[in-house]
Amino acid sequence: MAFMPFIAAGDPDLPTTARLLKELAASGADLIEVGFPYSDPIADGPVIQASYTRALAKHVKLKEIFATITGVSREIQAPLVSMVSYAIIFRQGIDAFVQEAKAAGFAGLIVPDLPGDEASGFAALMAKHQMDLIQLVAPTTPPDRAAKILKHATGFVYCIAVAGTTGVRKELAPQLAEMLKSLRTQTTLPLAVGFGISAPDQIHHLKGKADGVIVGSAIVKLLENLASDSSKTDAVLREIGSFAKTLADAAHT
Amino acid sequence: MSVALPDTPLSGHATSQVPDAEGRFGEFGRRFVPETLMHALEELTVEYAKAKADPSFQKQLDGLLHTFVGRPNPLYFAERLTHECGGAQIYFKREDLNHTGAHKINNTIGQTLLTLRMGKKRVIAETGAGQHGVATATACARFGLPCVVYMGEEDIRRQKLNVFIMRTMGAEVRPVTSGSRTLRDAINEAMRDWMASVENTHYILGSVVGPHPFPMIVRDFQSVIGKEARAQCLEATGRLPDEVVACVGGGSNSAGMFYPFVDDTNVELTGVEAGGRGPKAGDHASTLTFGNKGILHGTYSYVLQDEDGQTADVHSISAGLDYPGVGPEHAYWKDTGRVRYVNIGDKRALDTVQHVARTEGILPALESSHAIAYALERAKQRNPSDIIVVCLSGRGDKDVNEVARLTGQEL
Ligand SMILES: Cc1ncc(COP(=O)(O)O)c(C=O)c1O
Repeated sequence: MAFMPFIAAGDPDLPTTARLLKELAASGADLIEVGFPYSDPIADGPVIQASYTRALAKHVKLKEIFATITGVSREIQAPLVSMVSYAIIFRQGIDAFVQEAKAAGFAGLIVPDLPGDEASGFAALMAKHQMDLIQLVAPTTPPDRAAKILKHATGFVYCIAVAGTTGVRKELAPQLAEMLKSLRTQTTLPLAVGFGISAPDQIHHLKGKADGVIVGSAIVKLLENLASDSSKTDAVLREIGSFAKTLADAAHT
Repeated sequence: MSVALPDTPLSGHATSQVPDAEGRFGEFGRRFVPETLMHALEELTVEYAKAKADPSFQKQLDGLLHTFVGRPNPLYFAERLTHECGGAQIYFKREDLNHTGAHKINNTIGQTLLTLRMGKKRVIAETGAGQHGVATATACARFGLPCVVYMGEEDIRRQKLNVFIMRTMGAEVRPVTSGSRTLRDAINEAMRDWMASVENTHYILGSVVGPHPFPMIVRDFQSVIGKEARAQCLEATGRLPDEVVACVGGGSNSAGMFYPFVDDTNVELTGVEAGGRGPKAGDHASTLTFGNKGILHGTYSYVLQDEDGQTADVHSISAGLDYPGVGPEHAYWKDTGRVRYVNIGDKRALDTVQHVARTEGILPALESSHAIAYALERAKQRNPSDIIVVCLSGRGDKDVNEVARLTGQEL
């Protein structure tokens, strides 16, 4: 199973983001999601929202994020995928944004507020640039909607584990296993489960059902203290590295 | 459908036959929300269409608007203000006389009936000035539905009276401490609640914003304002007004006021935004005047944001106009030229509250006084035979603390 950690760009600052990406890759990440800080992230729970707020408080800019990614993406093997609001993409001009993302070395985009219905034009543009547009399926998605969404999906399918925002949860949606089973019959793309995952036993539980796990809030939370005290950066990076390794090992064995 | 959004405005003709099935008002509107909410929005669209076509739903709604809200409210001739301006005749559509003191209840009664129809057991709402929160709490109390209202910490401070009323009506007011701690963040928080509760909860959005079908539903429920005003003007004066004026926050009282006049192409429509302290970014909330096309809270419209797409901070003396977005139908009306959008600053709005109180014996809300301030200026430029109808969207009781503070008076 693939291990896909998530971090927000620019929290606590972009040089640390670059180091963190390398640390995660070295710890066994198979793909890394880079969240683009956004002022109004309605799909995100308090932990990722706070991470975005910290980054924006330091005025992290899109140009600088792309420059940082351009620097790191060549040095690590794990593909990088950007998690970014359509508000940001649209503001740049969708063509310009996709080209910049491609040039920086991103392999694909996850656009949490661009549901399948609205995505066909954007999916075509992404295909033209040979970038993956990862689509999301939720526990509230009825099967006929899932079929429509899968039409434009590339890369992998992001299966949302809980009805709700991102954030650590003890329990995943009861219908998750059913949902994965049903998606399996509808697509040959890998199925990755995200939202709420934080521990090796949850990962073990998904073995045989999913092809990947996405872990965000549990990692991002470890960055909380760095905003006020950068002297701990080395220690926190090590801590995240070893946590990521535990999760990667759980996914890989 | 296609995401390649055209950048050219539609040529100058607006129709009332919007939105289409995908929620488009011209190029604007649609749905830009997490997948988790999509099914609920589809369901709401279907249920609303059924309710709209159901005479018994309409009958129940009309009955409540009559006996509970107090509709129809009057169209009032502001005689002394008219004489003072020496120009056009000024009429007020008295939404301030509704139960709970503003237009917001037209929408919350309608959406509460929809909630019951859909079998949902819980209601959430966001509020800025607290008027929508009070109107939601009131409708929920009337039908025994549990209600949670998200309100920015900053607005809780500014609108203590409304917070107290909501709690008295049995609603839970949840302070929002993220971001700017105002209406925008209250909407974010309500959406997050809805993501997790969508199976049993209805979100009563308070303005013509958000993803389809909200801009359409709220406009329809608010259109009772314009329908009544249009008929009342015909009855009182034998003709339609020359100009209709309303303030624009998210845009619901103005959408409800304008919509029944959209096809009356001889009637000028003017929306008044909050000019705040001035035109500098961060000092105002004039989204249609200074904003760009963009996405916020699930809809494509005009928005105040920086070059990266981050939503800008806004300011207005009135908490109800303090919003960096605006409903997609207004974006459509702006680009087709059907509605003209202007702005009025804090000081003029504040002065107008006091002026209208002394001249007409009516205490308008700070929001509404933006519209009145513009109408008073405009009346001076028009002939005495002309008629201007202003939507007096709410009463000013909720603002007395703020007005006293700003004018250096003790309460
Ligand atoms: C009295 C009054 N007028 C106007 C508004 C602005 O909202 P909208 O533009 O949706 O009518 C509010 C919002 O709270 C209000 O309370």
